[in-house]
Amino acid sequence: MATHSNKPTAYDELLKGLWRDNPVFVQVLGMCPMLAVTNSAFNAVVMGLATFFVLVGSSLLVSALRQWIPRPVRISVYVIIIATFVTVADYTLLALLPAAHKELGAFLPLIVANCMILGRQEAFASKHTVKFALMDAIGMASGFMLALFALGSVREILGEGKLFGLALFGDHFEPWVIMILPPGGFLTLGLLLLIFNWVTERKREFLAQVAEQQAGNR
Amino acid sequence: MSTQLPMMEKEPGSATLVATLSIAGFISGLILITIYLATFDTIAANKARELREAVFRVLPGVTQMQKLRFDGKTLVVLPADARDDENTLYGGYDAEGRFIGYAIANAGPGFQDTISVLYGYDPAARKMVGMWILDSRETPGLGDKIYKDAAFVANFDDLVMEPQIIAVKRGTKARENEIDAITGATISSKAVVRIMNEAHAFWGEKLSGTPPALEKQIERVNHGNTLK
Amino acid sequence: MDNLLWIFISTLLVNNFVLAYFLGLCPFLGVSGRLETSFRLGLATTFVLVITALCAWVLNTYVLTHAPYLRLISFIVVIASTVQFIEMAIKKLSPSLFQSLGIFLPLITTNCAILGLAIFATNRGYGLLEGLTFALGAGAGFTLAMVLMAGIREETEIGEVPALVRGTAFNLIIAGILSMAFMGFAGLFSST
Repeated sequence: MATHSNKPTAYDELLKGLWRDNPVFVQVLGMCPMLAVTNSAFNAVVMGLATFFVLVGSSLLVSALRQWIPRPVRISVYVIIIATFVTVADYTLLALLPAAHKELGAFLPLIVANCMILGRQEAFASKHTVKFALMDAIGMASGFMLALFALGSVREILGEGKLFGLALFGDHFEPWVIMILPPGGFLTLGLLLLIFNWVTERKREFLAQVAEQQAGNR
Repeated sequence: MSTQLPMMEKEPGSATLVATLSIAGFISGLILITIYLATFDTIAANKARELREAVFRVLPGVTQMQKLRFDGKTLVVLPADARDDENTLYGGYDAEGRFIGYAIANAGPGFQDTISVLYGYDPAARKMVGMWILDSRETPGLGDKIYKDAAFVANFDDLVMEPQIIAVKRGTKARENEIDAITGATISSKAVVRIMNEAHAFWGEKLSGTPPALEKQIERVNHGNTLK
Repeated sequence: MDNLLWIFISTLLVNNFVLAYFLGLCPFLGVSGRLETSFRLGLATTFVLVITALCAWVLNTYVLTHAPYLRLISFIVVIASTVQFIEMAIKKLSPSLFQSLGIFLPLITTNCAILGLAIFATNRGYGLLEGLTFALGAGAGFTLAMVLMAGIREETEIGEVPALVRGTAFNLIIAGILSMAFMGFAGLFSST
């Protein structure tokens, strides 16, 4: 996956989740239940924070306990750890922000089924020290949150003419209601992926050009 | 998953595996019980407040309430934490404990998904005195006007329920049992009305007797603490 | 009866698990390349969904009334082990059935549609019969979405799609259009 010739630092592990290996835009992971709650920026951020808590907590624990978890049952142990964190997040949100919990409702427990979280445990946390695992988890969770926020804000701005509930345009704005409905979720993610691909492609072309020029200059 | 780790240790025995899983399960159970107990009171209070606010909203003038169940002949008073079923409803009383009306919940198919409605019913006048949508996933901007459009909600503040509530085109409301449907969301409007009519067909006669006196009030309303 | 029919049609068309709730997106985007595979995966998923509804009902009725905080963990553990058990049974009893459906089973257990079904059915307070109808509707809806998607994807393979667009982005946009088409089913029940 990584093309580094030298060993990545903890800082690299933190940054890779934001863009290069962004869980949503590059790996397209964990979108299953999450698209449903990106109909407003606020919902997206709350869901992002809950996922952040679960991923960072689980990675920390898995990495700290990795010597004591026997390989044949490791997946079961990971799932138990993740499910525990999700339930804690669920109850905490229900107690502190009942209104937000009502909006996210059934989709909060589905964080368990987010393949990105289990994937990070299996692919990273179980093989690295606590420090690296923590950095990786924070980076991936932030990248995930960023992607959810991008989706949520685009959908809310176009679908309701608002951001975080604040009206952005005058009364003349006719909201694209479709954007906050399910099709809007598919279309927005599809379009954001397209933009992401395009930027990555342009960057690659640009770098290739630079390399060519340098080769020509020599 | 495909990464081959060097086999540095011998395969653990099944006793180790079972022990690991049991310990993990046990610790997880402990954590879950802790968080459950820690948040229990707040969550129960939140839920009770939400319900109270909804009941007070559909029954103007109510400051106390109690949960009731129809046991086949009469209404019996239930403890506040009793389970809800199709035979439970709420009785609303004013500050002196005088009966004001019943709050009845019912749900049914809407345009998108199930709509849950709570409405206030005054058995003496045989009228609906208010309604509140508890839960709905109607289309934003159209169907969600069933709770966002104040004019639509106001339709139900003083409404004759017999023989049936009828939704008519906006502006053509003529009789006391008619309501103005929402333009562009006729189906959602009619769904709300149908849910109410169904509930009234079930409850109407059952509620014609003397209302039960206030026994176990759920909680006195806190006037400074209502939402919106 | 009316109620059961509403649950079935609602989950099949109006509130399709994939196209309205985004449940089961992973296989929907990943496996829907071939019509034949999609259909078989859909059938296997329906089967697991029905098992799930049964498990969820048993747990909700007998266990979780006493310990609601164990809901999530017990759903995961019980559903996964039941499916594993059935997988072994099928392998023993009917190798041919295992060949056509069984190989999908471990994949399906991790599908969010399974857990989603259990949680939705619990939140809505469905009984056994309602839960089973819900599972059948969800499974049929999932199969329908998979098959439609696979059909469209097979067609587009020979079309001229720019390389940059091909892949997940393209599939998502197709899914968006499908989802829009399914919105037309809303109001199916209330309009009478």
